[in-house]
Amino acid sequence: MTKPTRLTTAHQSITFSRRMLLLGGAQAAVGAMLIGRLGWLSIAQNQKYQLLSESNRVQLIPVPPRRGWIIDRNGKPIAINRSSFRIDIIPQQLTDGPRVLATVAKLLHLPPEDLERINNELAQSRGFQPVSIADNLPYEQYAAITVRLPELPGISATRGFTRFYPAGPAVGQLVGYVGAANAKEYEAENKNPLLLVPGVKIGKEGLEKTLEQTLRGLPGGQRVEVTARGRLVKELEPKPDRSGGTVRLAIDAELQEYTARRLGEESGSAVILDCLTGDILALVSMPAYDPNSFSDGVGRTEWKMLSDDLRKPLLNKVVNALYPPGSTIKPMGALALLQNGIDPDDHIFCGGGYQLGNRFFRCLGRHGSVNLHRAIAKSCNSYFYAMSNRIGYDKIAPMARRLGLGHKFDLPFVSQNYGTVPDSEWKARKFKQNRRIVERPDWTSSDTLNAAIGQGFLIVNPLQLAVMAARIASGRDIQPRLIGVHRDSPKLIGLDPKHLEIVRAGMWEVVNGDGTAGASRLPFPDIQMSGKTGTAQVRRVGASATRGQGGDWRYRDHGLFVFFAPSDKPRYAGAVVIEHGMGGARAAAPVAKDALTFLFDRQKAMESLAALEQQWGGTLAERTARRAAAIKAAASAA
Amino acid sequence: MITSAIIPRPLARLPWRLIFLVAAIAGFGLLVLYSTAGASLQPWALKQALIFTFFLSIAIGMSWLRESTIKAFVFPAYVVIVLMLVAVDVLGFAAKGAQRWLDLGPISLQPSEFMKPAIVLTLARFYELLPAAEVRKWRGMWPALVMLGVPAFLILVQPDLGTCIMVVLCGVTVMFLAGLPWWLFVAPAVTIAVAAPIAYSMLHGYQRKRIDVFLNPESDPLGAGYHIAQSKIAIGSGGLWGKGFLNGSQSHLDYLPEGHTDFAFAALAEEWGLVGGIVLILAFGAVIRWGMWVASNGRTRFAQLSAAGLTACIFFYASINLMMVMGLAPVVGVPLPLISYGGSAVMTVMLCLGLLMAFERQQRTVSTLA
Repeated sequence: MTKPTRLTTAHQSITFSRRMLLLGGAQAAVGAMLIGRLGWLSIAQNQKYQLLSESNRVQLIPVPPRRGWIIDRNGKPIAINRSSFRIDIIPQQLTDGPRVLATVAKLLHLPPEDLERINNELAQSRGFQPVSIADNLPYEQYAAITVRLPELPGISATRGFTRFYPAGPAVGQLVGYVGAANAKEYEAENKNPLLLVPGVKIGKEGLEKTLEQTLRGLPGGQRVEVTARGRLVKELEPKPDRSGGTVRLAIDAELQEYTARRLGEESGSAVILDCLTGDILALVSMPAYDPNSFSDGVGRTEWKMLSDDLRKPLLNKVVNALYPPGSTIKPMGALALLQNGIDPDDHIFCGGGYQLGNRFFRCLGRHGSVNLHRAIAKSCNSYFYAMSNRIGYDKIAPMARRLGLGHKFDLPFVSQNYGTVPDSEWKARKFKQNRRIVERPDWTSSDTLNAAIGQGFLIVNPLQLAVMAARIASGRDIQPRLIGVHRDSPKLIGLDPKHLEIVRAGMWEVVNGDGTAGASRLPFPDIQMSGKTGTAQVRRVGASATRGQGGDWRYRDHGLFVFFAPSDKPRYAGAVVIEHGMGGARAAAPVAKDALTFLFDRQKAMESLAALEQQWGGTLAERTARRAAAIKAAASAA
Repeated sequence: MITSAIIPRPLARLPWRLIFLVAAIAGFGLLVLYSTAGASLQPWALKQALIFTFFLSIAIGMSWLRESTIKAFVFPAYVVIVLMLVAVDVLGFAAKGAQRWLDLGPISLQPSEFMKPAIVLTLARFYELLPAAEVRKWRGMWPALVMLGVPAFLILVQPDLGTCIMVVLCGVTVMFLAGLPWWLFVAPAVTIAVAAPIAYSMLHGYQRKRIDVFLNPESDPLGAGYHIAQSKIAIGSGGLWGKGFLNGSQSHLDYLPEGHTDFAFAALAEEWGLVGGIVLILAFGAVIRWGMWVASNGRTRFAQLSAAGLTACIFFYASINLMMVMGLAPVVGVPLPLISYGGSAVMTVMLCLGLLMAFERQQRTVSTLA
């Protein structure tokens, strides 16, 4: 049984040689493949891997740019940077949290409220996002932390800049404030790493927010070579940062601060425009938060106190509060009457009101026989009831819009509430949308009467009132401008100069003649102010015994005043609204008078302010400091 | 061969060309270790130089071994090593999460390293003793499979996948050269392709992850894929001429993990570029060519099979590591012999080379007599 394929040693030797050849070939093939792969990686893909290797090696530590300044029309600083010392936690590196925090709290005398905030932020933090412990530290405390840094893992002490607003609350609502970016803002900017750098603040409100891209500048970077474990090996050539741009506002910082101080403890707002160019010289809403204290992060107690305050310090009342304009729109109404053919010499008899069907619409006095001039001076409702009813409100509303009421202006505010200028078309539309506001679809005569004296459906914001006054004063199509200083005047608005003259004369009479604001004449022989008072009801007439002239503060009438000066050659125009001030003549006009006085004679204006501030218990700065101390006390008591 | 009147005859008869080649490779390795330590002889280069010198002396000493002496020791040595493997599995202590070392007082032994040359010699001896007619029969197969399977299994459960694969590949190479039928090699290849998914499910967590990451390194660039990703960056960023000696940022800044051990080639390629890498691969190629030449000239079947198997052992060592660091194979923890820091790989390779030199000396002696 011998097989023909019986293997012998000779066969074996042949097989071995053959297979050795095969093995050698396979080995050579593997070697060739290895060399090919090596070439592919190091030649064909060299660029890709070189890039990856560089991004491994070199880390960019962003150096925040200095935030641009905000200055006023004369170059006076409104928002600047002050160098400061700050302490942060890098949550990722915090290994012994409770002990480290306790040590730091003891060194910095942190109130329990701050500790609570820090713990909350730590709980929500994303690991690499620093949590601010304290900002604006005195050098001694900063030094106390720096010498102990080796035993405080996760704590970082840096020198940086904080935003400083020399005028404090006086510019609070105008410029807003800055703060560290939150998670949402970080996501919204495509995870811009700059926002994670400790001490980097972004605009949260007001101009700081709307002008963010101009103010921020371009971050530089400290380029460093680091190991895989994050140890710094050497510093490479840094990439310089570029500071944010300076923004010059139309605002006159001194007038702004004066007006804010003059508003005192009232809840109100004031706008003063250059009525030739539209430059906003002052835009004040009081009371306001102190943006300086906000840029360090707001404590909970402070936030609660601010948001519970009936005087609404968190609201920009110039553009975000809406009021019935009251009698302040009567000059506008008068222009509409004149344009629609009402003879300014037509007389109406005011016997204390106007009978419409079976309803009697009251006037605030018995003015006897009144023409247009006297109706403005005396703020006679009866005249405007009768005349407006004669032409109908659909002919008045276009004039209201033409003078800026109900308009949203192109201004860098975070938001604007622009109110309503009603007419029949508006009412019909509103009826379809919301029957709670509008009870019937057709425009009635009583709607006209209410709107004619600035009540009812008509609501506006103070900026619109100021623009209205400026357009009447100059006859030009004034657009309010906040950024930059302008010399150019806009074109005429296209109203009959004779009509404007008649209305201006009426407004002159209000202050300087036999009018409602006779007590607020300017203290100069040669400079006069013209204006129009207004009183806006908060509650329906008759709902309270005092008719809005006393009692609970919250139900008192708003006092409003629109004005321009000098009367003979208008340069400034504006509006003042004092919430629950009970009357335009009583509360608002004096503020306008003092603010205008300031523009012409600072010495005189400061004297009258000093007397007032003494009554209120100190200057705005003193009262702000006192309030801050009270908040601090309340926070530590809580 | 160096023939000179000044040099003593025994020295002159050493395979100097091979020794120079191996010393050059090791020298290159020392440069890499010196560089990755941050231009310092400590802690690796100096120690590695001593280890290399020590094992090179041993290898040269081994070159005087006679084939008959080697043959006499093959089976006893195999049995002792298998027993040590059992001991490692049973008594071994955990090092790096795996049991691979046998602590013998002053020295620690990794018996699986000895198994690489041992399995080659054992199988070579087996096929020498086996009559030629039996090779293609069942009797020629199962003892070899058992002799290979037992240590392979013992190493796999340590667990040390890299060494296991190498032992199996060395053994299979000898069996292939011994003339076993083709189907024996084709069938398992097919079986592996089919059974791979099943084996995959039985692997240890970290081994499975290595395979996952090998198949898709980008899936986890900061976790398990980090090694491969950083290694490829190091090699790729070197370019044609490399970043220059002591200028490798990947290895110097610790981005390249294990730059002095398993991934030493990546550190080398980063600093010396494609040129340095090719020079090293060609140098290994020359060593392997020499080994294959020794095998081809083997006078006995044992010498032939052993020499080829030992050469294959060196080949697998180097090529598995290179494939691993270049992203062509999963990371299985095989160092690059003569370059990577550590004594085990040097010892194994030097054992192989010492035996190869012994066989080479026999050839010359025999041929002179013939």
